[in-house]
Amino acid sequence: MNYKDNGKVLQNRRIIDGAQLYDMLIECPEIAHNAEPGQIVHIACGEGTTLRRPISICETAGDCVRLCYEVRGKGTKWMAERREGDTVSLLGALGHGFTPRDGKVLLVGGGIGIYPLLSIGKTCQNAKALFGFRNVSLINSLELFENNGIETSVITDDGSSGRKGFVTELLRDELTAGGVSQVYVCGPKPMMAVVAKLCAGFGVDCQVSMEERMGCGVGACLACVCKTMFRDNEGAEGEKYKRVCVDGPVFDAKEIIWE
Amino acid sequence: MKAIDLSVNFAGVTLKNPVVTVSGTCGFGEEYAPFYKPSELGAIAVKGMTLAPRLGNPPPRIAETPAGILNSIGLQNPGVDAFVENELPRLKAEGACVIANISGSTIADYCKVAEILSETDVDFIEMNISCPNVKEGGVAFGTNAKTVNEITSEVKKHTNKPLIVKLSPNVTDITEMARAAEAGGANALSLINTLLGMRIDLKTRRPILHNNVGGLSGPAVFPVAVRMVWQVRNAVSLPLLGMGGIASAEDAIEMLIAGADAIGVGTAMFANPNLPMEIADGIAKYMEANSIEHVADISATVQPW
Ligand SMILES: Cc1cc2nc3c(=O)[nH]c(=O)nc-3n(C[C@H](O)[C@H](O)[C@H](O)COP(=O)(O)OP(=O)(O)OC[C@H]3O[C@@H](n4cnc5c(N)ncnc54)[C@H](O)[C@@H]3O)c2cc1C
Ligand SMILES: Cc1cc2nc3c(=O)[nH]c(=O)nc-3n(C[C@H](O)[C@H](O)[C@H](O)COP(=O)(O)O)c2cc1C
Ligand code: FES
Repeated sequence: MNYKDNGKVLQNRRIIDGAQLYDMLIECPEIAHNAEPGQIVHIACGEGTTLRRPISICETAGDCVRLCYEVRGKGTKWMAERREGDTVSLLGALGHGFTPRDGKVLLVGGGIGIYPLLSIGKTCQNAKALFGFRNVSLINSLELFENNGIETSVITDDGSSGRKGFVTELLRDELTAGGVSQVYVCGPKPMMAVVAKLCAGFGVDCQVSMEERMGCGVGACLACVCKTMFRDNEGAEGEKYKRVCVDGPVFDAKEIIWE
Repeated sequence: MKAIDLSVNFAGVTLKNPVVTVSGTCGFGEEYAPFYKPSELGAIAVKGMTLAPRLGNPPPRIAETPAGILNSIGLQNPGVDAFVENELPRLKAEGACVIANISGSTIADYCKVAEILSETDVDFIEMNISCPNVKEGGVAFGTNAKTVNEITSEVKKHTNKPLIVKLSPNVTDITEMARAAEAGGANALSLINTLLGMRIDLKTRRPILHNNVGGLSGPAVFPVAVRMVWQVRNAVSLPLLGMGGIASAEDAIEMLIAGADAIGVGTAMFANPNLPMEIADGIAKYMEANSIEHVADISATVQPW
């Protein structure tokens, strides 16, 4: 169900000094009570923007949703300027989220892709997080996961903290060790493509959270598509553009055609 | 004063109010159901459809611009048969007035789609000869008066439904196209479709749209749309569905005053999904405040200098 809600900003704080990362808590009961892990909200970002901006729901807490975001341009800058008590217009919770699984699950995140994984990590009984960051100064928010009993393992591109390399290397080790029932991934597209391929190689199910520029956010305009494979009733394979805002953002990795 | 009447007679069909959601921005009517029902609108113009299903263009398909957006969807649609089978029965059962928007790569394609739809209970056929996002057909038919006349009269031969011809703003003189459509037998005109535009990412020097170019819509095009509706109103006697950048009841009323008989809302609905019903309410309030009984009494009342 989609709701339009005027949410009240309860908190909007800078997460770390080294990057334009913010953690915003918004009171919006209708959305908060209906949100599922991996879903998004579509935020109106004030004068000078024609389109809303899609942001993943990091977690819900009572009547609130937590959004963690990076300032990229006009819209996210407007968000960063909101103060406690301000009102923001939200559409949500939108889309098809992560499906919980029993057994050992892995949360694989890169950069700001870690936040959308929190809710599903909390929902699953046995989740472990594998996160990649560019360098030590960008590592943040691990406590959000650890406070919920989720063990985190970090790797950095330059080795400034933890192992040096990419998160896919941590994943390869885990998959090799075995016993993984499901991988959830969110991050840059090239990283997700590698993760999807690794999982396929090990025969482990993988759910990916896709990103694409959006218009309506409700499935009406066909702007936000990603290419997927589909099988018709006769079993013939074909290509189809699916909508990230309603069919996704979360897809079964096997469906996605990476280009 | 008598009660105000929001209904309009558009090419012989009664719309319960003058507000239409425009093709490509409201899917097949289901998507916005939490905000308004298609049956609450004057009419719903569904996503443009073609004879065979179309995959559409690769993403990115949308870019924000000052007071607008560019899109290059490329007519992704499931094909006319799938529409007739899966979408239309629901829309009609709900009581919606349905404008079926059609496209093709050849005149024969347009005729065939129109023929298929004529056997159904769609209320109008809207012929899109102004889509800037497909290589073949589309806007190519809409920028030459002779072709506009030819495709209109051919499609008319294949349908008994009221035919709306949707005009492109990407022409030197839109009144020429309007007259050609009227001469070809069009029952109404809708305008404007999107204006061809482009945005480039400074860092990558790549156009934001994968299609490089796309159609501009939203408030940025509103004055262009008002001007063109006014010009066309003075050139033909057909009913006009005015659209392009309408984002408030005031904009809608301005469009009516310029010469439209009904108005369309698209892009601005992305930010405010309640907009179509807010506009209908706003028009009603305006009529009340100004003791106007019928919407038709607002249409084409501009007092030019
Ligand atoms: C499903 C989904 C979930 C997301 N979740 C988060 C999140 O949890 N945290 C976070 O920081 N960011 C998230 N993003 C990315 C976020 O939407 C963009 O960073 C934001 O839209 C940029 O807007 P802007 O006005 O600041 O930038 P501008 O560059 O000024 O935006 C211009 C236009 O481009 C669009 N755009 C630009 N970059 C992106 C992008 N990467 N993805 C989609 N649209 C883009 C904008 O929405 C806007 O329409 C998510 C995107 C999607 C699609
Ligand atoms: C995402 C999008 C898709 C569109 N698809 C179609 C289409 O399939 N057929 C058509 O005739 N017009 C299409 N249009 C044009 C609109 O119907 C309308 O003419 C134009 O957007 C101007 O109105 P607006 O500014 O209120 O959006 C599309 C517009 C947008 C923004
Ligand atoms: S943003 Fe319109 S369909 Fe997804």
